[in-house]
Amino acid sequence: MVPVNYFVILSAVLFTIGALGVLTRRNAIVIFMSVELMLNSANLLFVAFARSFGDLGGQIFVFFVMTVAAAEVAVGLALIVAVFRSKQTINIDEASKLKG
Amino acid sequence: MDANLIVFIILAVVAVGSALGMLFNRNAVYSALFLILNFATVAVFYLLLGAPFIAMTQVTVYAGAIMVLFLFVIMLLGAEHLANHDKIDWQMPVAGGLAGLLLFEAYWVIFKSDQALKWTVEVSSDFGAPAQIGKVLFSEYLLPFEITAFLLLAALVGAVIIARRNSDKPTRAEEEA
Repeated sequence: MVPVNYFVILSAVLFTIGALGVLTRRNAIVIFMSVELMLNSANLLFVAFARSFGDLGGQIFVFFVMTVAAAEVAVGLALIVAVFRSKQTINIDEASKLKG
Repeated sequence: MDANLIVFIILAVVAVGSALGMLFNRNAVYSALFLILNFATVAVFYLLLGAPFIAMTQVTVYAGAIMVLFLFVIMLLGAEHLANHDKIDWQMPVAGGLAGLLLFEAYWVIFKSDQALKWTVEVSSDFGAPAQIGKVLFSEYLLPFEITAFLLLAALVGAVIIARRNSDKPTRAEEEA
């Protein structure tokens, strides 16, 4: 059996890559995909610990996280479409109207 | 070496590689395709961890529905590429440093902590099977399950309201009438 440590490290690496994507990319959709990657790495950790402790609660929580992620994606992509309508771009550096 | 470990290492390389591919690809469509590959490998990890139901949900909901939505919006907006513009010079080094710090922190917490993480229990062979998940989901977690229905409805209505065209101005048909 693979030690749970390995899954924790893999999850940390995936989360870091997602965070790096949010920090460096300009395309709003790619930033959004990076957020999904981070959610996914957290899910992986949940399932690993569910197996480690023999408790199904972790897997149920992943199920709920997926539901919330689906809702979040629907609303977030609608926001991106709305921003694109008014700005004609989804570059987040251009969306600086509140800056004055 | 244990066969599970070999599978884990191969899949881990694919998962990290596809995540990096998503991060560094300039074309948003390729980024989305790399992310689908990443989700599929994570689904196989779920199978390794005794969670077949979650693995199938991952493939249908994440790699299927959610990523199709992403690709649909990318192609709807024609936003594969962003126009070139001046970049902030210090952004990448600072972000890289912060990411390295985060990774180091995680490493520190996991390997330097007193309680080493190990597999603690043996589980039965039907652990994580759909029937088991269903039993827990519809008894212990029934209320959260019902609440997610409301959440999805709210998200559906919200997405429609946000994404529809601004209808303050009368449409041409209304003007002619």
